[in-house]
Amino acid sequence: MTVYLDHAASTPVRAVARQAYLAALEVSGNPSSIHRDGQRARAILEDAREIVSSTLNCDPIEVIFTSGGTESVNLGIIGLYRARRSVDPRRTRIIVPEGEHHATLDALEWLEAHESAVIDWVLLDTLGRIDLTAWRDALTREPETIAVATSLWANNEVGTIHDVDALAAACAAAEVPFHVDAIAAWGHIPVGLSPGISALSVAGHKVGSVPGVGVLVVPRSVTIDAVLHGGGQQRGIRSGTQNPAVAASLAAAIGEAHPQQDGESERLAGLRDDAQRRILASTDGVRVSGDLDNRLPHNLHLHIEDASSADLLYLLDEAGISVSAGSACQAGVARASHVLLAMGRSPEQASSALRISLGHTTTQADIDELVRVFPEVVSRARTVSSRA
Amino acid sequence: MRVLAAMSGGVDSAVAAARAVDAGHDVVGVHLALSRMPGTLRTGARGCCTIEDSMDAQRAANLLGIPYYVWDFSERFKSDVVDDFIAEYEAGRTPNPCMRCNERIKFAALMDKALALGFDAVCTGHYASVVTGADGALELHRASAWAKDQSYVLGVLTAEQLPHAMFPLAETPSKADVRAEAERRGLSVANKPDSHDICFIPDGDTRGWLSERLPEVPGSIVDESGAVIGSHDGTHGFTIGQRKGLHLGVPASDGRPRFVLAVKPAENTVVVGPRESLDIGEIAGTKFSWCGSAPANPGEAFACDVQIRAHAEPVPAVAFLAEGEFVVRPEVALNSVATGQTAVIYVGTRVLGQFTISRTVAVAGRVDPVVGRVDPQGHIETTTTLTSSLSESVG
Repeated sequence: MTVYLDHAASTPVRAVARQAYLAALEVSGNPSSIHRDGQRARAILEDAREIVSSTLNCDPIEVIFTSGGTESVNLGIIGLYRARRSVDPRRTRIIVPEGEHHATLDALEWLEAHESAVIDWVLLDTLGRIDLTAWRDALTREPETIAVATSLWANNEVGTIHDVDALAAACAAAEVPFHVDAIAAWGHIPVGLSPGISALSVAGHKVGSVPGVGVLVVPRSVTIDAVLHGGGQQRGIRSGTQNPAVAASLAAAIGEAHPQQDGESERLAGLRDDAQRRILASTDGVRVSGDLDNRLPHNLHLHIEDASSADLLYLLDEAGISVSAGSACQAGVARASHVLLAMGRSPEQASSALRISLGHTTTQADIDELVRVFPEVVSRARTVSSRA
Repeated sequence: MRVLAAMSGGVDSAVAAARAVDAGHDVVGVHLALSRMPGTLRTGARGCCTIEDSMDAQRAANLLGIPYYVWDFSERFKSDVVDDFIAEYEAGRTPNPCMRCNERIKFAALMDKALALGFDAVCTGHYASVVTGADGALELHRASAWAKDQSYVLGVLTAEQLPHAMFPLAETPSKADVRAEAERRGLSVANKPDSHDICFIPDGDTRGWLSERLPEVPGSIVDESGAVIGSHDGTHGFTIGQRKGLHLGVPASDGRPRFVLAVKPAENTVVVGPRESLDIGEIAGTKFSWCGSAPANPGEAFACDVQIRAHAEPVPAVAFLAEGEFVVRPEVALNSVATGQTAVIYVGTRVLGQFTISRTVAVAGRVDPVVGRVDPQGHIETTTTLTSSLSESVG
């Protein structure tokens, strides 16, 4: 058995989510069909939508199921951008902090290359926090040229939680639609629709559903262009035959996680703090990244001097411990973290990071094992680096 | 043993890894990311640096039930292989990037890292064999199937590296056997086309690739006397022995075809002349290494075979070290030798060592009439006194 400490990548499927998925597979109809088989499928789907909406402070009709986080983010950003620009072609600016997830960064890059978007970057500080003054300045500068603003709710790598209320208030004041990527935060801290938020992305595999399902919350009042065109399902915002089984799985997962969130977050933060304290005590040249006063409870992001992420990942895997670094390229190479670069770290420092993330299956024994092997792994990784 | 299997995504390295697993070793598969901007899909028969290749390697590792990682050597590869390749061409030499990769990446950077991580050996799909010699030391030998033998590109291995090099394909009769074995094992790469030529030039157009990276400065084409007889668009477009594409307006006085004899970027000239001027009677280089034990007295001339290209025939020769320079005099004139090429020295099937050719001495028409001449078969009659009889053609 491995010690699984990469819950922020994908957390194990919860038993309730597996059961809900399998039960839904027993129903044969297409939820859009008129007949009673279709109605049974539809009921599963809409039950799921209700449960999900109850965790996101929105109404069921505002829950748009997608294939996952990346689709939600793309639909949210591209859909809002197009809708805004079609009303007024001067609206081409997109306000965004640095250090966002690649689902956002690459969608923006595409809009910049193909649809005349102008990206207005807002800097992060060394703790990964958004410069709120710069955010407000960007929103008040030539507001008629702004199409949309987007931000993470909490950074998926270093765990820093953003002040979404303040970000949203600034957007509301400027009358700019605001997309929030809450994928890393959902299930760990309270997130949901609030005034000023025009679209909100979450994903199932981070909360213990089967993967391949996500949600974009789109309030009734928001105009958004569809990216996929077809049968007009889900308010025409996201056409395509709906999948009751993954929706049921997602609802079961968040339905279990949400009521337990406060206690579970406290438990995970306790385990995380224990790991952090013992690792810092046992191993020199390690420091913690992110905003220690305001970060996701299950996230421990470490910078390890004179060691490379790739070597640390290999050695930890060899020792039976699954964690992650920043991001990996398509071929699977651990890359320098763009988040750490945005926080002002050097490329070398950004390539010496480990993200340890806890979740619903994490136990004290997992932490003990991590802490036990850690000093030796770091020492070996440093030997490798010193020879390179 | 703990074995790190370098897996390119090709059939050879996949079968090599499979055999290492069969032999009972604890094997981990690694794909080297060598390209900074990898293509997504293979194009044509080439490949080594694409996402598809890394996926192929991963599928092979999955089938073998071994862990698999992608390690990034793209920075080292760029500085040590690609930039070196460009610089060598810029200097008028013809490098072998595969040897450079073996010398500096696979059996240096990768092997160092593997050993530091606690592995005992690096396993590759090269066709060559490591055996224990009479003196108990390890030796590198040609693979049993000479047609597939790749010992030439491994000539850069040293006595320190041989104990950690594992080539499970050493005794394979043919590539067809490897493919059949891959098929039997259910490896999806069984029928994948061979990669060849230079992995970082995916379309195989070396000239075109170089012309995008090296300034094209027009200059002169001269004959052996130095007389200008044509012009060129940039020296890197030429290799020693090239006959076509010279576009010489003036025919040779004797009407015979002319070949590129030397490329001199410093002077921005290309020297052309008759075919016999390409016949080389001596090659030498100061950048050399021994593959395993060195001869007891390398200063004393010894009989050997010399091979100057991966697929060239070995040529009987005598070799010796003189004033820090490895000197080889072939019994049969070598044709079209370019500086920068690697000469690998064999004794029987054993790889004795290698050097980068930095100096060549032509035979043609310059043989001292008293001590030697080239017979109609191209044999040099006197090999031991050639030095005084040959003049240097390429510096």
